[in-house]
Amino acid sequence: MQLTLKIWRQENADSKGKIVSYEISDVSPDMSFLEMMDVLNEELMIKGIDPVAFDHDCREGICGSCSMFINGEAHGPDRYVTTCQLHMRKFKDGDTIYVEPFRAKTFPVIKDLVVDRTAFDRIQHAGGFISVNTSGNTQDANSIPIEKANADKAFDAATCIGCGACVATCKNSSAMLFVSAKVSQFALLPQGEVEATDRVINMVKQMDEEGFGNCTNTGACQVECPKGISLDNIARMNRELVKAQFKK
Amino acid sequence: MNRITYSLNYRKPKDEYNPSDELVVCLRYFHKNSSNEKGKIIKKSTGIKCKLSDWDIDWHKNSDRFPIKDTDKLFLKKNRLLKVKAKEFKLFISNIDSSPNKDSIKLCSKVPLGPIADQWTNHKNNIRLVSPANKRLIDVIVVGTGLAGGSASATLAELGYNVKSFCFQDSPRRAHSIAAQGGINAAKNYQGDGDSTYRLFYDTVKGGDYRSRESNVYRLAEVSTNIIDQCVAQGVPFAREYGGLLDNRSFGGVLVSRTFYAKGQTGQQLLLGAYSAMNRQIARGKIKMYNRHEMLDIVKIDGKARGIITRNLINGNIESHSAHAVVIASGGYGNLFFLSTNAMGSNVSATWKIHKKGAFFANPCFTQIHPTCIPVSGDHQSKLTLMSESLRNDGRIWVPKTLEDAKSIRDGKIKPTDLSENQRDYYLERRYPAFGNLVPRDVASRAAKERCDSGYGVNKTGEAVYLDFEAAIIRYGTEKAHLKGLNENDKELVKKLGREVIKSKYGNLFQMYEKIVDENPYYTPMMIYPAVHYTMGGIWVDYNLMTTIPGCFAIGEANFSDHGANRLGASALMQGLADGYFVLPYTIGDYLADDIRTGPISTDLPEFKEAEELVMKKIKNLLGNQGSKTVDHYHKILGKIIWNKCGMSRNEKELKEAIVEIQELRDDFYKNVFVPGKNESFNEPLAKALRVADFLELGELFAKDALERTESCGGHFREESQTQEGEAMRDDKNFTFVSAWEYKGIPSDAKLHKEQLFYNNIELKTRSYK
Amino acid sequence: MAIKLDSSIIRKVAMALSGLFLIIFLTQHFIINISSVFSEKIFNMLSHFMGNNFIVQFIAQPILIVGVLFHFIMGFYLEWQNRSARSVKYVVYKGSANSTWISRNMIVSGAVVLSFLVLHFYDFWIPEMKYKYYDFLAEDPNRYHEELVHKFNDPIKVILYCISFFFLALHLLHGFASSFKSLGTDSRYYYSIDLFTKIYAIGIPLGFCFIAVFHLITNIVTH
Repeated sequence: MQLTLKIWRQENADSKGKIVSYEISDVSPDMSFLEMMDVLNEELMIKGIDPVAFDHDCREGICGSCSMFINGEAHGPDRYVTTCQLHMRKFKDGDTIYVEPFRAKTFPVIKDLVVDRTAFDRIQHAGGFISVNTSGNTQDANSIPIEKANADKAFDAATCIGCGACVATCKNSSAMLFVSAKVSQFALLPQGEVEATDRVINMVKQMDEEGFGNCTNTGACQVECPKGISLDNIARMNRELVKAQFKK
Repeated sequence: MNRITYSLNYRKPKDEYNPSDELVVCLRYFHKNSSNEKGKIIKKSTGIKCKLSDWDIDWHKNSDRFPIKDTDKLFLKKNRLLKVKAKEFKLFISNIDSSPNKDSIKLCSKVPLGPIADQWTNHKNNIRLVSPANKRLIDVIVVGTGLAGGSASATLAELGYNVKSFCFQDSPRRAHSIAAQGGINAAKNYQGDGDSTYRLFYDTVKGGDYRSRESNVYRLAEVSTNIIDQCVAQGVPFAREYGGLLDNRSFGGVLVSRTFYAKGQTGQQLLLGAYSAMNRQIARGKIKMYNRHEMLDIVKIDGKARGIITRNLINGNIESHSAHAVVIASGGYGNLFFLSTNAMGSNVSATWKIHKKGAFFANPCFTQIHPTCIPVSGDHQSKLTLMSESLRNDGRIWVPKTLEDAKSIRDGKIKPTDLSENQRDYYLERRYPAFGNLVPRDVASRAAKERCDSGYGVNKTGEAVYLDFEAAIIRYGTEKAHLKGLNENDKELVKKLGREVIKSKYGNLFQMYEKIVDENPYYTPMMIYPAVHYTMGGIWVDYNLMTTIPGCFAIGEANFSDHGANRLGASALMQGLADGYFVLPYTIGDYLADDIRTGPISTDLPEFKEAEELVMKKIKNLLGNQGSKTVDHYHKILGKIIWNKCGMSRNEKELKEAIVEIQELRDDFYKNVFVPGKNESFNEPLAKALRVADFLELGELFAKDALERTESCGGHFREESQTQEGEAMRDDKNFTFVSAWEYKGIPSDAKLHKEQLFYNNIELKTRSYK
Repeated sequence: MAIKLDSSIIRKVAMALSGLFLIIFLTQHFIINISSVFSEKIFNMLSHFMGNNFIVQFIAQPILIVGVLFHFIMGFYLEWQNRSARSVKYVVYKGSANSTWISRNMIVSGAVVLSFLVLHFYDFWIPEMKYKYYDFLAEDPNRYHEELVHKFNDPIKVILYCISFFFLALHLLHGFASSFKSLGTDSRYYYSIDLFTKIYAIGIPLGFCFIAVFHLITNIVTH
């Protein structure tokens, strides 16, 4: 396959970026998108051009590092995959592909396609945990039976990989899906209920302070989420927050 | 001269005793530095009584005799006990640094004495502690935020230490522990199938082909139950049954169901649990988190680990960080092979740097090759994807029986489904009728390689075998049809029902396979091939998890301790969390108790400045190199050398070649590598170059270790050491030890130190899966 | 408990509540308007009640005005905030791949509805207020139907009227269901909520259009 890549190049956080066009040939349909980028980078380096910087690590769709906005969609046109799992067979010979970083004011660009997502970490610091000491002297695991349906829902929420596709794809750059996944996971489990009030208030507060946009329930996030995390979680977080307002 | 002697403990002149008097047998460890020096007794132990008449005075004249004669009714038992005690003694002797020789540091495993089941409890009761008020004065650096590093950071911070955590990823949550699929073992015995701490201990030692340290493994099995309690309390959503209790599955061919899991994402859920525990401490200010920082060296002051040098991956700043102890939890080095199931960023640099500064590297050649990975599709491949081992429960592995058919399949002339049953060779079932497709990982991997090397491989590259679910689909389908009262003879219906069952069990794996390979595994057999997955070898540590550098600890996959020569499925997660949550936080206190008065350590000390300069110099050299080849070019070649010559089966000739080739490659690397850009920016090729430089050194030691160990054991298969049927042959007489390598300049000049392994609680046996 | 609008979720809930309140008003408005088609008498009676009841005029009406003002001011404020949450825009953004045009353009449909409301205020509410509280004209309980019919004698006006109701339909199609989600309704009700939203969001505006067209045609036929 032969492709034209239009890639966002930006030297560092302070500089102004622009789209630069590259031609690439001999792309095998069996390559993953990132492997195609590897090939491009090897070619660029040989030509003496600075390679395109992008985040990536596990390359099996679980670490959440990769963060490309491909042809107008987070993680590209395929569903339930991250960029690293996207294969070139989803494109046609001669296609022009636009590659941009995940954009949001809260995700400043570090270089090219690499963005800083520490805002997500800070939200987790605000309450994404259950305050239990790691002494191992807790009660026996089976002394807390949990209804299977709730355990499954909590698991589904917990599969969030923190990639930021929800923010990137949301027209409002809202982080509600990300935050609600954590809030939901703990709200659904008896262990997490104790701190539920503080948790939701603190996490939402931090989310707002970071400067993410507001949720308008467009549902784009759940479509683009590589782990298929559902909008239900956002509704649950809304409920939790309203409940928390009454408790405070 | 060291000697262990047994003698009777006379309290009065010998002739005052009656032959029927009972005396206590005394075990003495006698030590003498040189022949003209007066020796001394270093340690005594007592406890076993013996009648004077039953005592064999001449026992020591014959090496296979023992001091209590068969006239004593319990002579067998007593002699066995004496033997055990003597072994414990030997262990103790090998621990204490009895010969302070200039160039040789004696390995001291510090395993506590006493029965194995009490060792950890006794040890915890006896090691020194640091008071809460003093913990505030102590800083600890933790490098890596995977299961081991994350859990250790959280626990140390919770105990009161000031923790500085480092990871090269943009968030601690992205450490590669997140990719573990299957599950985590724990001897909870919730299923009531006879599991116990001992059984988990036994399975782990046996699975590791008797090359792990008994005491460490027992401790691991002992704390495994705490891990599950802890994780559930943290909100980790393990799979549950309808009754609301935790579910288990069996894994890796053991005889009980002890694996806890969260669908195919157990590693992710456990890591996020540890991450949440870290977040709690970060919020409290007890952990200072450094994301996108790569450790490039360790700093020693007066022989003790006192800090690290890091590079900020965003702006290239070289920074010094000081602490009273340094914990390395940077994972394994599977990326040495270039293609592995490790993450792209996984590297050996942190462990290699401490190795170069004095930490011994143990058993580097013990690598696990996982049998069920998606095969390589071409030269562009950057990494391999694992398919959970659980697939082997239902899949049958085969290749075509004839070379012609194999060739036709490779050329795309026929499809696998065109071959009838008798045209297929189910080689695992043929070779290992008892275990069939469920043989351990190393055996399955080698068998696949053997078939492909003989020309029976089935994909374009000739390096793939089939994993076929047809039989399982029909079996499940028939069952289902029977259950629903449908026509069991309607083949299409049966297959349809069977596929539904398979989907409910392995749906996500099948979907993943289809995304990558673009073939539907419900209709055509999957193609799989072994790939590097885990490294059992790592930094040598003692029972306290301390390396041979005082104050430097290694935990998780980065150390060598628990898995011997082969790791069982679902044990890696267990070890990481056990080390981080329950072992290191206690044992580190024993070392830090001396540091309560040290006070803060300045990073202005010359040792830091010197290390910073060396790092800077190395970076400048790489950047200034006017080469023409990219870093990946070298990494790929290195990977090929290691895979082809030090891979699933190894022989002397190729290992020797590998050492030379790696040396040449390394020289070429420094001459001809091209690293673009500058240090003061986000520069991935530079970060990669620094990592590959370390791999180029490790590779040589890896081959050297494989060369020295002329036996076959676990994941290490030496062609010279096999039975007539081609099975691995262990050599317990000569190799029941841990090879700990001391750095001596050039990797292959490393000095070998042996830590003898003793099996007092388990009998050494040959594994057989026939 | 203190309700402060400092949290994005509380603001979102407030949007939902004010929206739902306006929907209740709209329903009520529709019921009265549709009666004009069937019976002049009932319409006049209802209108007279609404126009002269103390509670409606001095309690409900201010609340409604506040509700409308709040909903649109907050709507614009949130839109501004949302836009500034992404300072550099995408070169290519394929919203259609994952969400509906309607849900992404509530501000557009809202703005059209708002401009209609402004027109409606100018056209109906201000004269009405002037009639009652400025000019202090004598109350005629039978004037309402005639005035209504009179308003729909211009086809262009009716077309504009229908267009704005088309946008109202779009606004409702997303807004109605979305407000329930904002309030944290459990997902098991989503199917019913979505179905009801579709019926309501298409039915009510269609009904309003029907009233307008009905009177327009009657006007043409009778003159």
